[in-house]
Amino acid sequence: MSAAAVAGRGQRGPATRLADAVLDTVDVADRNLRSLVRTPQALVFATVQPMIFVLLFRYAFGGAIKVPGVSYVDFLMPGVFAQSVAFGAIGTAVGLSADLRSGLLVRFRTLPMSPIAVLAGRTLADLARNVLVVAVMLGVGFAVGFRSPAGVIPLLAALGLVIAFGYAASWGFIALGLRVSDPEAAQGAGVPLVFLLVFTASAFVPSADMPGWLQAFGTHQPVNALVTAERALIFGQPSGHDVLLSLAWSGGLFLVFALLGLRIYTRMNR
Amino acid sequence: MDDFAIEVSRLNKAFGPVTALDELTFQVPAGSVLGLLGPNGSGKTTTVSVLSTALRPDGGRATVHGLDVVADAARVRAVIGFAGQFAAVDPNLTGRENLTLIGRLSRVDRRLARVRAAELLDQFGLSDAADRLVRGYSGGMRRRLDLAAALVHRPPVLFLDEPTTGLDPESRFRLWDAVRELARAGTTVLLTTQYLEEADALADQVVIIAHGRVAETGTPAQLKERFGSVVFTLGFAGAADALTASRQLAMAGYRAVADEADIQVRSDSGSGALPRLLRALDQVPDPVSVGIHEPTLDDVFLALTGPASADQAGLHR
Repeated sequence: MSAAAVAGRGQRGPATRLADAVLDTVDVADRNLRSLVRTPQALVFATVQPMIFVLLFRYAFGGAIKVPGVSYVDFLMPGVFAQSVAFGAIGTAVGLSADLRSGLLVRFRTLPMSPIAVLAGRTLADLARNVLVVAVMLGVGFAVGFRSPAGVIPLLAALGLVIAFGYAASWGFIALGLRVSDPEAAQGAGVPLVFLLVFTASAFVPSADMPGWLQAFGTHQPVNALVTAERALIFGQPSGHDVLLSLAWSGGLFLVFALLGLRIYTRMNR
Repeated sequence: MDDFAIEVSRLNKAFGPVTALDELTFQVPAGSVLGLLGPNGSGKTTTVSVLSTALRPDGGRATVHGLDVVADAARVRAVIGFAGQFAAVDPNLTGRENLTLIGRLSRVDRRLARVRAAELLDQFGLSDAADRLVRGYSGGMRRRLDLAAALVHRPPVLFLDEPTTGLDPESRFRLWDAVRELARAGTTVLLTTQYLEEADALADQVVIIAHGRVAETGTPAQLKERFGSVVFTLGFAGAADALTASRQLAMAGYRAVADEADIQVRSDSGSGALPRLLRALDQVPDPVSVGIHEPTLDDVFLALTGPASADQAGLHR
């Protein structure tokens, strides 16, 4: 085999390169989904934790939390949906970190595959996982009395916002996964951050009850924007502004962190 | 057409204050096996990482099949196979799925990737375990799968970073056979190893590196000829005879070490060394046994790098 003949395989136009990137992304996502199905403990953890929150807040604390004008379980579930995808995003960092430690990312860098597919395949698989987890939480919500007062379409729109945010949050955790070659450390770094975002947002309690300084932080961050938009939709309130704000957060996070993640990944050869 | 499949010219790479490669230069003829030898921290892994496009050099140039590993990285990736120091396979996929995935990502179409996966699983003795999850594989099986993964797209150039480190002897020999077979079929192989035995068994050419520079090159035989010293072990009837003999040898200028009734004598290799040695023992009863230890690459390696440099390299790692 002559060098020239072999080298010809590397010359590809932009259209072919895009098609290659898509195919590679699907292959990587397929691999990550298989991994996910074969480590059911991760999937169980991803659903059990929000389930416990539903039970705790619905039955243990819920009686003490007064939300004027609405049933507490209807107030709670949008927070739970946001919580489940926000914590799920840590899984993106944990998975990448494991690939970094195992040397798989080094192997990927020596393959003629598209670099973005390593990250896009991971986040695509995590998107599929989020859909499953949110579906389970919806079932749990119905079981404990959750009803969407505005009906089905607004509910589906709200869940769409949740999935969009979850996808952006996965990209947000890529940078962490690529920098920490220890999955436990990635988990350890991710959990407090997500706790902070979820609990200062009005995910479980109305932020009107929080002190002013905490409210200032809690109401100006993406989890709060998501929960607010979800509730506006579900309660049939004017929601245009809140929906746009949440989509803007998700779009912005996605853009910034996708570029950052790709930059870190392509510079890992330095 | 190039005579060299791999050309490395004045390659430099530093990690912060640590110099990993220092004007490293060598060539690998197409279709040959090159053994890159060196202690921990000498720059072996860095070299292989640069050549397989996983790492950018700070300076210098390296080409694979005439393609620059930095400027033409994407095309280089199409012609190389790479198996790193750790089995980089997904534990939650089966052996077959791992090979098919790497094949697909190496731009092999799906059907052919499946065919190649089946061939390689068979070739590496993994057919029985093909559809089991890799997390249940032994260390040796993982390494074989890792090597197989580097071969799905039939690369003409193969990089192996310490392919047998940590393997049991049987797995090691199987892997050696696989490398020999690839070399017979015309694949250019660059393998790094700390085992001189391995380079001796597999390599046509050996490059010994220390502190990121080439310390010595040659065929295994040339290196042994140049650097090895023969060790004679002379066995005597008793410890008293051995002691007398070692004193006489010391007076004749030999370095002799007595151990009970045996003494060990170092000598430059070459014909005539043994008769000369025995002539120096005129006044002593003849030895009852004579053993000859030919030089190994270990001896060459120690002569070149020395235990001190090996320690230092270890600290810098």
